[in-house]
Amino acid sequence: MLLRHTIDEVKERKALTINPAKTCQPVGAMYASLGLHGCLPHSHGSQGCCSYHRSALTRHYKEPVMSGTSSFTEGSSVFGGQSNLIQAFNNMFTVYDPDIIAVHTTCLSETIGDDVSQIAQKAIDDGKVPEGKYIVQASTPSYVGSHVTGFANMCTSIAKTFPEVSEDKLNFVNILPGWVEPSDMKELKRIMGIMHVPFVMFPDTSGVMDAPQTGKHNFFPKGGTKIPDLKRAGSAAYTFALGKFCSEDAGLALKKKCDVEFETFDIPLGLKATDRFLMKLSEVTGCPVPEELEDERGQLVDMITDMEQYLYGKKIAMYGDPDNLIPLTEFLVDIGMKPVHIVTGTPGKYFTEKMASLVPDANFKNGPQADMYLMHQWIKNEPVDLLIGNSYGKYIAKDENIPFVRMGFPIYDRVGHSYFPLVGYRGALRLVEKILSVIMDKIDAESTEEKFELVM
Amino acid sequence: MSYEKIDEYMLDKYPKKVYRKRAKSVLPNDPAEPGEIQANVRTIPGIITQRGCTYAGCKGVILGPTRDIVNITHGPIGCGFYSWLTRRNQTRPESDKAENFIPYCFSTDMQDSNIVFGGEAKLKEAIQEAYDMFHPKAIAVFSTCPVGLIGDDVHAASKEMKAKFGDCNVFGFSCEGYKGVSQSAGHHIANNQIFKHVVGLDDTRSDSKFRVNLLGEYNIGGDGFVIDELFERCGIEIVSTFSGNSTIGAFENSHTADLNLIMCHRSINYVADMMEKKYGIPWLKVNFIGTEATSKSLRRLGEYFEDEELIAKIEAVIVEEEVKVKAELDLIKPNTKGKTTMLFVGASRAHHYQELFNELGMETLAAGYEFAHRDDYEGRRVIPNIKVDADSRNIEELHIEKDEAKYSQKLQDKKAALEAKGVEFSDYDGIMVEMEKGSLVIDDISHYEMEKLIDMYKPSIFCAGIKEKFAVQKMGIPLKQLHSYDYGGPYAGYKGAVNFYKDIDRMVNTKVWSLIKAPWATGAAMNASFVKVS
Repeated sequence: MLLRHTIDEVKERKALTINPAKTCQPVGAMYASLGLHGCLPHSHGSQGCCSYHRSALTRHYKEPVMSGTSSFTEGSSVFGGQSNLIQAFNNMFTVYDPDIIAVHTTCLSETIGDDVSQIAQKAIDDGKVPEGKYIVQASTPSYVGSHVTGFANMCTSIAKTFPEVSEDKLNFVNILPGWVEPSDMKELKRIMGIMHVPFVMFPDTSGVMDAPQTGKHNFFPKGGTKIPDLKRAGSAAYTFALGKFCSEDAGLALKKKCDVEFETFDIPLGLKATDRFLMKLSEVTGCPVPEELEDERGQLVDMITDMEQYLYGKKIAMYGDPDNLIPLTEFLVDIGMKPVHIVTGTPGKYFTEKMASLVPDANFKNGPQADMYLMHQWIKNEPVDLLIGNSYGKYIAKDENIPFVRMGFPIYDRVGHSYFPLVGYRGALRLVEKILSVIMDKIDAESTEEKFELVM
Repeated sequence: MSYEKIDEYMLDKYPKKVYRKRAKSVLPNDPAEPGEIQANVRTIPGIITQRGCTYAGCKGVILGPTRDIVNITHGPIGCGFYSWLTRRNQTRPESDKAENFIPYCFSTDMQDSNIVFGGEAKLKEAIQEAYDMFHPKAIAVFSTCPVGLIGDDVHAASKEMKAKFGDCNVFGFSCEGYKGVSQSAGHHIANNQIFKHVVGLDDTRSDSKFRVNLLGEYNIGGDGFVIDELFERCGIEIVSTFSGNSTIGAFENSHTADLNLIMCHRSINYVADMMEKKYGIPWLKVNFIGTEATSKSLRRLGEYFEDEELIAKIEAVIVEEEVKVKAELDLIKPNTKGKTTMLFVGASRAHHYQELFNELGMETLAAGYEFAHRDDYEGRRVIPNIKVDADSRNIEELHIEKDEAKYSQKLQDKKAALEAKGVEFSDYDGIMVEMEKGSLVIDDISHYEMEKLIDMYKPSIFCAGIKEKFAVQKMGIPLKQLHSYDYGGPYAGYKGAVNFYKDIDRMVNTKVWSLIKAPWATGAAMNASFVKVS
C-alpha cells in the first residue's frame, strides 16, 4: 500500500493539512503571465519559489517555462527587495528583451511589505524600463487563497494595466478563459471562429505552452495575447468571464476601468455549461449557433445515450479547482453519474453553495483541511467507481483499485492535456471517452474468461 | 574559437556589473593547475538560474528520502506541495506494515491570520494531530520564508512537543528559503540537525565485521539498492545511508560504523568530519557511478579493512561484473564514441557522471555545478582559503567535541597506520583535476549562458534538470536529467552503468532528432501546380 497510513476514521483536524488539493498563488500568476506574448514572468522573493513554480509548470506542460527571480538572501529579507528587483529589471530587459515583465510576489516579499508598484515606478523613473515596455504586477502571497486565486490576481492586473478606455464599443467580445489548458484555449478560439464572433482572449497560452519542436528554442514563443489586443479589450462590447474564481475579478476590473459589460459564466465544460455559453454568445452578438456546433452537441448526446449503462449510478470522487469541479459535477450528474466525494483546497463560499444545489447528498468541502487525505478517508468509508483529479490521485487509485481519469493541475505522468481539449462539446466527448475507457478497462481486467466480451 | 572569445561571446550581452561577476565563475580548465573559480555566491537577480532554495535542500534533498519521519512543512501550502514526492527517491520498507511516509505531504498551510498573529500555536496543534493519527518515531518541522520573518520558534515548539510525547523525537529546521545562496545551505542545516538530534542515540552494534556508512547517496532511481546489493555480496554491512532509503533508526545507530564513505562531497562532507571528530570514524571519498569508479571504490574498502577474505570476495565480484559490463559496452561504444556532452547539475553528479561518459568514449566539453563551493571544483586543499561571507555565516557551524565514551581510538590508529602506507583519507580533489585541459568549468550557469554554450558547441547530449530539459530539447539536443534520471535508472554500480550506457545510446541515436525538419523545409521544390479542371 502506497498510502498505508491513511486511516478510515475521519476525525476533524484543525491545523494539519495532508496531501493538499491546492497549491500556492504564484504558480497561477506565472501561468497567467505566460499567456501574454513576449512576456517574461518574474517572481519577487527567494529563488526557491521560482524554481518550484517553473518545475511544476514544466512537468505539467512539458515545455520550457522561463521566469526571473529576485533571488532574495537574508539581507534583502531584512532591508527589502527593492534593489534586487530593480537590478532584475535591468538584467532581464538587457539580456532577454521582453515586451512585458509580469511580477508576482511571494510570501517573503509580501511579509516584509515590499511595494512592487512603487518599486516598478522607481525603475521607470530611473530609466531601467525601456520605452514601450511594460511591467504588470500582482500581489500573490501564498498564505492567501490558492494557485487559482493567483491566476485570477494576475488576470485582474492585466485587465487593469493594458485595456484602454474607449467611448465606442466595437463589435467584438472579450473572453477570459480561466485556468484551462492551451488545448482548451485553442478550442474556445475554434468555437468563436465557427460562430463568426470576433474576440480578444486573455490570457492565451496556446502557442506558448504547446510549442512545436522546430530545432530552435524561441525564448518567446509565437503564441500569447499581443499587446495591441490587450489594449483594445477596453472597447469590446461584452466580456465573458469564464470561471467565477479565475476570471470574475478581471471581468469586473475591465468593467470598472473601461465600462465593458460583463457576466461570469461557468467554464464551458460539459453539456449545459457549453449550452449556456453559446446561448449567451448568440444573444450578445446576434450570431446564431451554427449547425456544425449543433452536430457536435448531438454527437456528444449520442455517445452518452449509447453508453449510458456504463455511466448510470456510478459513484465518483473528485478533487481539483472549483471552476472545473462545478461544471464537471453538473455534467456528471446530467449523464447519470453520482459524484459523492468532492474536495478543493481553494477557499470560497460559492463552491459550497453550488455543490449544495448540484449534489446535496455528497460529501464536499473546500478551504482549510479540505485535502486529498480527507477525500481518501471518505472513499474508504464509501467506495467509488471512478476517481477524477490531478496526478497525485494515482496513489489512491492504485491502493483502492479505482479507475482514474486525470484532469486538472498538475498532470505530471500523462500527456495529451496540452493538445486535446476538455471544453466545449468536443471536449466533453473526449471526457466521456476517457471515463468510459477506464471503466471498461477495469471490467476487462477483472472479468472471468466466459464473461470476457468483445462488444461492449 | 579561443576560450577568451567564448567567454566574451557568452557573457558580453550582460550589463557591466553582471559581466564582471559572471566572468569569475567561468574558467577554461587546466587540470595541472586548477584555477580559482567563484562559487557559492549569490545568484544575480533576474538571471534565470537553475538554483532552488535552502528549504528545498533541507526538506526535499536530505530529509525527503527518509521514510519513517513525518516531515511537516511549517508555512503556506506551496513549499510543502512542491516538495511532495517530486524527486525520485525510492524506498523499500521492511514489510507491508512498516512505516513509509514518503508518499504523504504534511503542511500547516499557514493563512494570513497566522502570519499576523503568529503560527506557533497552529504548528503545535499540527504536530499533535500528526502524532495522534500516525504515532511516528519522529516528526521533523521545516521553516519556510514567512516563518523566519514572523519569528515562530520551531525549535522551542518541537522541544515542547517532544517532551510531551516522550516516545516521539521531534526536531525543527530553520531552513527558510532566503538563507544562504542555494540548496547547499539547506543540506548543511538538515545534516546539522540530524547530527545533533539523532546520530548517536542507539549504541547497538551488529556483529558483522565490516561496517560502513554511505554518506551523500540519495537512492535516486534505486541507485542505493544497487550499492546495497553489491556490498552484501562482498560481505560489507551498510549501517546507514544518508539519506537514501533511510530510517531514523539507521541514523541513530550510524556512529557505530567503522568507516564513512562519501558519495556526494558537497551535500554532506561536514557530517563525515563531525563524525570523525566526535566518534573517531575515518572517511574516504568514493564513487559508485561508473564501472572503473565502482571497482576502485570497492578496492579501497578492501584496502581499508585489510582482510584477505574480504579482498578475495571483492576481487571476485569485480571480475564477474566487469566481464558482464565489457560485453555490453563492446556493443554500445561504437554508437557513442566520439560524441560530446555537457553536465550542469547539482554538485558531484556533474563530476561523477563524466566517468560514465568517458567509458562510452564521449568527451565532456563543459561542466559545472548548480550549488557547489570552491572545494568541489578545486579540491579540499582550498577549504582554508575560502572566504566566509555573510551568507555562509548565517548557517550554524556545530561545535563538536570528542565523545569520550563512544570515540574509537582503534579506528584512528588504523587510519594512521594506513596513512603511513599512503592511503589518502579525508580527501577530495574536486572536479577540475579530472577534466580535460581546455574544457569549460562554469559555476551556477544561467539560462542565457547555457543557450550560448549549446549554440557554440552543439553537444550530442546535455545533462541538467527538468527546468532546462525542454528548452534544450527544443534546440534539437537531447537532455538527460541527472536529478530524477528522467524516471530511468538505477545508474550506480555495474548494473547501473549498463543501464546508463543503454539510455545514452538511445538518446543520442534515436531517429526522432533527424525528423525535426519537415521534408518541404529542406529544399525539395514544388514542380507542379493545380490546373483548372473544366
